[in-house]
Amino acid sequence: MEIVTIIFVLGGLFFFFAASIGLLRFPDFYARMHATGKGDTLGGFLIILGLAVYNLFHGGHGGFDLASILTSVKIIFIAVFIFLANPTATHAVFKAGLDSGVVPWTKEGSK
Amino acid sequence: MDNFFLFSSVILCFLALLCLYRVVFGPTVMDRIISVGAIGNKTTATLLFMGMIYGRVEMFVDIALAYALLNFIATLGAAKFFRVRKSILPGSKYFQERKRRIS
Amino acid sequence: MRLIATFIILFVFWMVMAGKFDLFHASLGVISCLIVTFLSGDLLFKESRKGRGKEVVRFILYIPWLIYQIILANLHVARLALSPRMSELINPQLIRFKVNLKSDISKVTFANSITLTPGTITADIVGDEFHVQGLSQPVIDDLLSGEMEQRVAHIYSED
Repeated sequence: MEIVTIIFVLGGLFFFFAASIGLLRFPDFYARMHATGKGDTLGGFLIILGLAVYNLFHGGHGGFDLASILTSVKIIFIAVFIFLANPTATHAVFKAGLDSGVVPWTKEGSK
Repeated sequence: MDNFFLFSSVILCFLALLCLYRVVFGPTVMDRIISVGAIGNKTTATLLFMGMIYGRVEMFVDIALAYALLNFIATLGAAKFFRVRKSILPGSKYFQERKRRIS
Repeated sequence: MRLIATFIILFVFWMVMAGKFDLFHASLGVISCLIVTFLSGDLLFKESRKGRGKEVVRFILYIPWLIYQIILANLHVARLALSPRMSELINPQLIRFKVNLKSDISKVTFANSITLTPGTITADIVGDEFHVQGLSQPVIDDLLSGEMEQRVAHIYSED
């Protein structure tokens, strides 16, 4: 099962990397929001899922007992919470940016 | 496997440093808020890696859950606060307008 | 009935979080769950209506499709972020369109799904009008084709 964990964690690291690069490179605040709102959600979800799988088979007292199952369920709670909370936070900050008057970057405006 | 987890947490810390650039030099306040949120997400994952390395996941998972909750609430609170004000310092445009209206 | 369901959900959550199944922790859980149920019992299930079990099953069936779309979205954004000709590829614009969804929960599901899937973020919901910001032209066309709206409407049987 270790290979599954390695695949999940490497995928999560890739999406985190893409989100960070996007955060640095995109031209305005609204486009940066796309990078963090999606890349961080999927990256965190994949990494946490991979760790839950690893913990299920190697955690506790040698794996696959009550303690390891409970800890894995808790880790999956974190993943579900990130899945629900991240789009909501993205939406809230986006609306705050619109209300406080950050000017959106457009292709025509840059010419 | 421990080396792999350590390696992944080092990469996550490096990515958090990249996000820190936006926190320090971000042109608007909203850029800083989303960057702090992104750093918080990476910290949640890093806490779980730390738990794996030390072999105390059942303890670190609670800390990570609390951190994720606090991160979400902090982002919402900051977004709501900076919706009407440009800065936490007095002397911003909104503050001066309100002072003029009162006087 | 609503209060009992809320109490049971809270108590199961407490037991999973506590991780110890002796009498002391169980009684602490009962006390705190009773207090929370008394204070904010009407928060979890706002109104009681029929067919909730069917909705839950359909929602669980909706999740794999959503995850597939999210992976596509992330690959799209990652390609945009890492490509050297990024400023030519992206074309951010704010669009607005009307939807046929009625209840609040379906609108919330649809808005969160939009935020999670290809290059689009929900900016605001005014009545039944969605304000959506898209990152580039193909993803906006993809959204306006209305496949996701039909799937969400199918969950809450509003189609």
